Amino acid sequence: MRIAVASGKGGTGKTTVATNLAHVAALGGRAVTYADCDVEEPNGHLFLKPQWQERRVVTRPIPQVDETKCTHCGRCSEICQFNAIAPLGTTVLVYAELCHGCGGCMLVCPTGAITEIDREIGTVETGTAGPVQFVRGVLHVGEPMSPPLIHQVKLASTQTDLTILDAPPGTSCPVIEAVRGSDFVLLVTEPTPFGLNDLKLAVEMTRAMHLPMGIVINRCDTGDRQTVDYCQTNRLPILAELPDDRRIAEAYSRGTLACTAVPAYRKVFEDLLARLTRNAQPAAATPAASKRSRP
Amino acid sequence: MKELVIISGKGGTGKTSVCASLAVLSGKCVIADCDVDAADLHLVLSPQVQQRESFTAGKRARIKTGHCIARGKCEELCRFDAIHFDGPGNGKVARTFRVDPLACEGCGVCAWYCAENAIEFAPVVSGEWFISETRCGPMAHAKLGIAESNSGKLVSIVRQNARKLAEDRGLDLILIDGSPGIGCPVIASITGATLVLIVTEPTPSGLHDLERVAELTRHFGIPAGVCVNKWDLNADVTETIEHKAAERGLHVFGRVRYDKRFTQAQIRSKAVVEQADDGSAEDLGALWNNLSHHLR
Repeated sequence: MRIAVASGKGGTGKTTVATNLAHVAALGGRAVTYADCDVEEPNGHLFLKPQWQERRVVTRPIPQVDETKCTHCGRCSEICQFNAIAPLGTTVLVYAELCHGCGGCMLVCPTGAITEIDREIGTVETGTAGPVQFVRGVLHVGEPMSPPLIHQVKLASTQTDLTILDAPPGTSCPVIEAVRGSDFVLLVTEPTPFGLNDLKLAVEMTRAMHLPMGIVINRCDTGDRQTVDYCQTNRLPILAELPDDRRIAEAYSRGTLACTAVPAYRKVFEDLLARLTRNAQPAAATPAASKRSRP
Repeated sequence: MKELVIISGKGGTGKTSVCASLAVLSGKCVIADCDVDAADLHLVLSPQVQQRESFTAGKRARIKTGHCIARGKCEELCRFDAIHFDGPGNGKVARTFRVDPLACEGCGVCAWYCAENAIEFAPVVSGEWFISETRCGPMAHAKLGIAESNSGKLVSIVRQNARKLAEDRGLDLILIDGSPGIGCPVIASITGATLVLIVTEPTPSGLHDLERVAELTRHFGIPAGVCVNKWDLNADVTETIEHKAAERGLHVFGRVRYDKRFTQAQIRSKAVVEQADDGSAEDLGALWNNLSHHLR
């Protein structure tokens, strides 16, 4: 079972929920992987404190032009939708950071002047945090495109029966990539106008992806009633409500898991996990679980 | 014309609340919400929309079922796993190919190589942008469509709109609310800006993410400074953050204390500084003074 923890708004407690869930699942004897898909700003390691075992560089293909074979016909720039390759005078410019790695230019080049080379975009790092299998991606600073790296994080986290994916904030391509192929999406929000606005966007996104979802309302005693009303009106199951607890905030500020700092929270997250397990029916072979050769 | 961009690396550190207060304190400026896939600033500034336009950035492939003969070239060439052999039959073949619109990257390779010309490759509307009026000045903002990509391009449009507003109205300052992370929309938000203000919080995540976002501003050579929000939640970590920031050559522009009125102001669609003049509002006033002095 693959559970994606996402949120729309940042800072609502995704990482807190994801790390604690992985922790209690492992304590309960389940084989579990925590996968940090927030490759722009991965934070799960600050709480689960893994022992690293392997670090692998992730690349994506970009074109390389052999100018001795190039006839400057311009077909490469014609097929490229991303303005990543352009003949200029007697040379061909490649804008690597704009390239999506579709391979179109190489296919279309009539003289075979284009081959592909690997461009590093980040790393996938694996280890163990006690009984929890730990995987994370770290995007190189300055690299704009994270989805191909997120995809590699997902491929590296298929060893256990249960995988908790910690998604990035927002609702655009990095989140879509993180959430795609999950069996269930857990949306973590806070009951404020910003939290609710972004929750609605995240709910629409999850619906567009035809995935089942549930809600966690964090700091549920702050803000107003509107988030609960919205969930009820839209029949979104609220799977947990976590209070604004100073002990948890302090534990967070020390890099300690809520369950470890305040043992009473172990039960809270065990209950959440049990509800998740009941709500999430593993989907039959979803398209995203099939073969894929994303660059 | 000066562009001050507020980003954070980590989400939920108070970027948007700080930005709204700075907009109020500035008297009048152009406001740009560049967090296009989870925009919130409009909830505080209640913009009156004057102009709205659809945003068309990329194209997307769609298989015209009547034409597909299931040759499978599209599936073979697609590197994004966007083509699946589960489309409806069409009289010619029992099953056709189908493009998963969420996975389609818009590269057009499938359409280019379909010998039957069975793939439509047409521009798609992937969001909307707006020009509005607010009580703090004109505002450029946008909404990325659900599950759409191209947020970087939409951010660039919002910034262009904001610059034009500043020129037309003779306003010297553009205040930009950015998005969390360090990826494409953030890069599009900060390139060429005058100054970046990184709003962080005194937690290990706040510190960790600040370091990555500071590396990003250095990578692009943009002057940057920090402000620790909710600093009194952990004074030690705040010290560490300010120390590390200074080591990296970042200017420390101020601290804002933890204040429950941040949330209360949000619920009333107000900036904190419109609700109070003590506590965090005082801190925000000092922050604004430092920033405006630095921008002068």
